[in-house]
Order: sequence, then structure tokens, then C-alpha cells
Amino acid sequence: MKTQKLLELRFQASADRLCLIRPLVKRVAEVVGCQGDLADQLVLAVNEACMNVIQHAYKGDETGEIVLEILNNKKKLLFRLKDFAEPVDLESVQPRDLDDLRPGGLGTHFIREIMDECVMGHLKDAQGNYIEMIKRIS
Amino acid sequence: MNYSTREEGGYLVLDLEGEVDLSCSPDARKQILDALAKGKNLLVDLSDVSYIDSSGVASLVEGYQTAKKAGQKFGLVGVSEAAMSVLKLARLDRVFPIHPSVEERIREDG
Repeated sequence: MKTQKLLELRFQASADRLCLIRPLVKRVAEVVGCQGDLADQLVLAVNEACMNVIQHAYKGDETGEIVLEILNNKKKLLFRLKDFAEPVDLESVQPRDLDDLRPGGLGTHFIREIMDECVMGHLKDAQGNYIEMIKRIS
Repeated sequence: MNYSTREEGGYLVLDLEGEVDLSCSPDARKQILDALAKGKNLLVDLSDVSYIDSSGVASLVEGYQTAKKAGQKFGLVGVSEAAMSVLKLARLDRVFPIHPSVEERIREDG
């Protein structure tokens, strides 16, 4: 099945870039047929993944870069996010127990709740990390 | 995000407006915690919030826990559809006291 790249963005790991990314992600989701709540949820998941990179991979270093790619075929929408920070401890990126009420730790829960598949790893050809989030759209 | 405050029926009401994301959630957190530090009962009005992420939600959770510990009242009012869907995703719609409006909350207090 043919997969096409819908969008590729490279931006600084800065919180004030997020408001620029969200409308683009929403528009892409809508173009491939994800409307209303679903489009909003996909935006939230991508936003949360970007936040994780900003806060936990780059630890607030705004000179770091993030690459967001969005690909699709007839069945799936794939969001791939890459950073070039020190490799993160993948075991530490876990959703928290929702009964354990405390500020923080919800981002990974949102991503796993919204997406059908989520894979994280370290880049092979450079220093950095990636997360791939897949939403089935058929 | 814009914010403003007003006093109503024994509450300080914090009106948040626009997108509450990582770039401004520290401001929201500060407003919430400052109000509680002054001993106020606090309602956060989310009726004009068009987007909220986990960092914004974390500020609300911290406010809720701080108020509870200090024996102060805390609640959310007029939660927009966009904010409510995020609270539901976090299952916090069952945790926060949520009311349709400030007036409704005050009426319920009796």
C-alpha cells in the first residue's frame, strides 16, 4: 500500500512554537478525513509528544530541533517525531496511574489513549530519539 | 492565553481565555496558587478556553490539591467543550467539582 508524506516540519524545541504546529496538524487530519473530536484529539497527542521532547529530551534547551513528519496511506495516519537530544531512558516514559492524582504525567496517557500504536526508540544514524504514533483511519 | 480575576459571592473567579498550553500554563499556575495563598476560595472559569494541554490540566490539579489541603473551596465553572474533552480523557471530570456557572456554584453553596 502506497504511503505518502503529507507534511514535514522542522522547528525549535520551544513551547511558543506549539501554537504554530497545532493548526497545521489539525488541517492535515481534516484533509485525510478525521473531523471534529478525532482531529482535536490527534492535535492533542502530537502536542503532548512535542511537549515531552521539549521538557524531557531537551530539558528546556530551546536551541534543540524537532522534526515532525506526517505520513498516510488509506488505512493509517503516521506521526513521526524526531529529536537530536541525548538518548532518553525509554523505560521512564510511562503513563501514570490515573488514580494517583498529581500534577503532571498525563501526556503519555493522552498519547496512548488517542493513538492506536505508539513506538519510541533511539535514532540509529544520529544522536536522538523518535516516537511514531499511528492512528488507523479506515 | 489571557486571564482576568473578579470577586463574586465569596469566591475569587479566575477567567482563563484562549489556549492554555506549555507556553502559558506557568502563568495560569501562578495565578491559581497566588489566589489560594491569599486564602481565597477559587473558581476557575474555563468557558472561553479553546484548548488546554496536560500542562494546563496539571495547574488545575495542583490548585485543587492545594485548596483541599488548606481547607479552601476550589472548583471549575463553565467548562468549554474543548476543555471538557481533555478533562474526560484524564478522567478528571470525576475529580474536580464542576459547575455550569459561578451563579450555580454559589446557589449550591446555599
